[in-house]
Amino acid sequence: MLRTIVILALAAAASAVELLNVSYDVAREVYKDVNPAFAASPAGAGVTVKQSHDGSAKQARAVIDGLPADVVTMNSAADIDAIAKAGLIPADWQGLLPSRSAPSYSTHLILVRAGNPKGIKDWGDLAKPGVEIVQVNPKTGANGKYSYLAALAWAKRQPGATDDSAKAFLKSFFANVIALEKGGRAATTTFAQRGLGDVLVTFESEVFRIEQEFAGKVARVVPSVSVRADNPVAVVARNAEKKGSAVAAKAYLEFLYTTPAQEIFAKNFLRPVDAAVLAKHAGTFATLDLVTVEDAFGGWAAAQKTHFDDGGWFDQLYQPK
Amino acid sequence: MRVLPGFGISLGITLLWLGLLVILPLAALAAKAAGMGWHDLWQVWSEPRVIAALELSFFTAAIAAVANLFLGLLIAWVLVRYRFPGRKLADALVDLPFALPTAVAGIALTTLYAPTGWIGEPLSHLGIKVAFAPLGIVVALVFVTLPFVVRTVQPVLEAVPHEVEEASASLGASRLQTFRRVILPELIPALATGFALAFARGLGEYGSVVFISGNLPMKTEILPLVIIGKLDQYAVPAATAIAVLMLILSFIMLLAINLLQRWAQRRAVA
Repeated sequence: MLRTIVILALAAAASAVELLNVSYDVAREVYKDVNPAFAASPAGAGVTVKQSHDGSAKQARAVIDGLPADVVTMNSAADIDAIAKAGLIPADWQGLLPSRSAPSYSTHLILVRAGNPKGIKDWGDLAKPGVEIVQVNPKTGANGKYSYLAALAWAKRQPGATDDSAKAFLKSFFANVIALEKGGRAATTTFAQRGLGDVLVTFESEVFRIEQEFAGKVARVVPSVSVRADNPVAVVARNAEKKGSAVAAKAYLEFLYTTPAQEIFAKNFLRPVDAAVLAKHAGTFATLDLVTVEDAFGGWAAAQKTHFDDGGWFDQLYQPK
Repeated sequence: MRVLPGFGISLGITLLWLGLLVILPLAALAAKAAGMGWHDLWQVWSEPRVIAALELSFFTAAIAAVANLFLGLLIAWVLVRYRFPGRKLADALVDLPFALPTAVAGIALTTLYAPTGWIGEPLSHLGIKVAFAPLGIVVALVFVTLPFVVRTVQPVLEAVPHEVEEASASLGASRLQTFRRVILPELIPALATGFALAFARGLGEYGSVVFISGNLPMKTEILPLVIIGKLDQYAVPAATAIAVLMLILSFIMLLAINLLQRWAQRRAVA
């Protein structure tokens, strides 16, 4: 009797694969739609996907510390690099899937109060006296790092810009920041729900969602330039091999590049990398110049070191002279 | 003195439990920090952001603990000495800050005390900024650590018989004298314990504070957030270094309070 039960249980375990997708905070809504679509596709037969969501860096650390993730879907390459550095993911992970392993991307926009009372048109206006900014803390969230880099990308484009002029701009910019929230949703709450600040700087996907929920109270401002925020994905090779889920994990990530999944991304205001799907939703997304972290800041490792590590540019902005 | 048997085994369990639960993780922390060397430790400890956060954390935790020392005593006094409708309810309410997830407390307090909130809005007209300022951190800590002083003082106060006060009065002591010379000495050990617990808890509090403080470096950034920030940039040794610094300072602080308490007790007896 007992033997039969054990055998049956083993047989069931062999046919059904369970994947754990460890993901970032505000990706909940997206994967809630993606996972059933994957299960209904031929590649997803017999595969169930479980989700785990939290701040991107916190999730990466959990995976490094032993959370048995089969795949990770993050909002910055830096967090997958950190897992790769711990030996759980091959170092060349960005070359394993199309578009540098990022099936979707977003960017950073500016959200202001309805009627734009402070006359915000571009990043430069945010550094003017009397403007109050809400954003995510660059030390604790990729969202905040993108805000910083987007503003910096603008400053670097100004005629005659130098490192010093960029730093001076960032200094006045961050002097206007009234709250450095811990995560994207906390920043949204402070700006939209509590009505604090003149400006919220956050992901385009979040900006669109707030515009829907708080229609008539807020308005987006599309700046002249912003930073491309890739949402990279990777199979956690070491975990997947141990669990025998490598094939299913790879199929899951490849599914993210198919038209149905790309449509789901677009519906959730994430820009799809599939040109045809993006063209279909062209009216949704704002048109602006996007720089990449790789081209404009030498990649995440370099950006982290120069700007966000201890003693870097960001710390210097807050040091008293 | 020893009426009940089982001293050996109960001591064994106590030591094992404390060892596994308290000493082991703290020892691992200390070992990790010891691997860094003095120079690296000092480098982290002397960062301006760390020093600013350290000052803020100790300052706000101390103010909150002092506030609760007085308010906690008052609440305990009212709950013990007076009978009024709803007393049981008020008594139960005191524990609520412990039961509530601190993040919920943080969000609720921020909503109330933000410049657009019910309390924050009128205060902002007076030029007082609570949320997104150090005062907001104090408010959050006062809330979170409220039960400590009340719950340590309450049973002691209940144990002080009315007769003592009556005796004091009949011997000609004024009300203030009765409180200062008769009741307060009894309460001082409990007050000190409550203060120490509230202070220690306030130092380490993270969940509620990060919502209300605004987290601006050098201004409203508490030390636990600096630790989280370091962890999020995968700087584990630096995070460990700050944790050890907090541990050492908290230990010194608690030890000092303990010694002070003993001294007060000796003086009270003498």
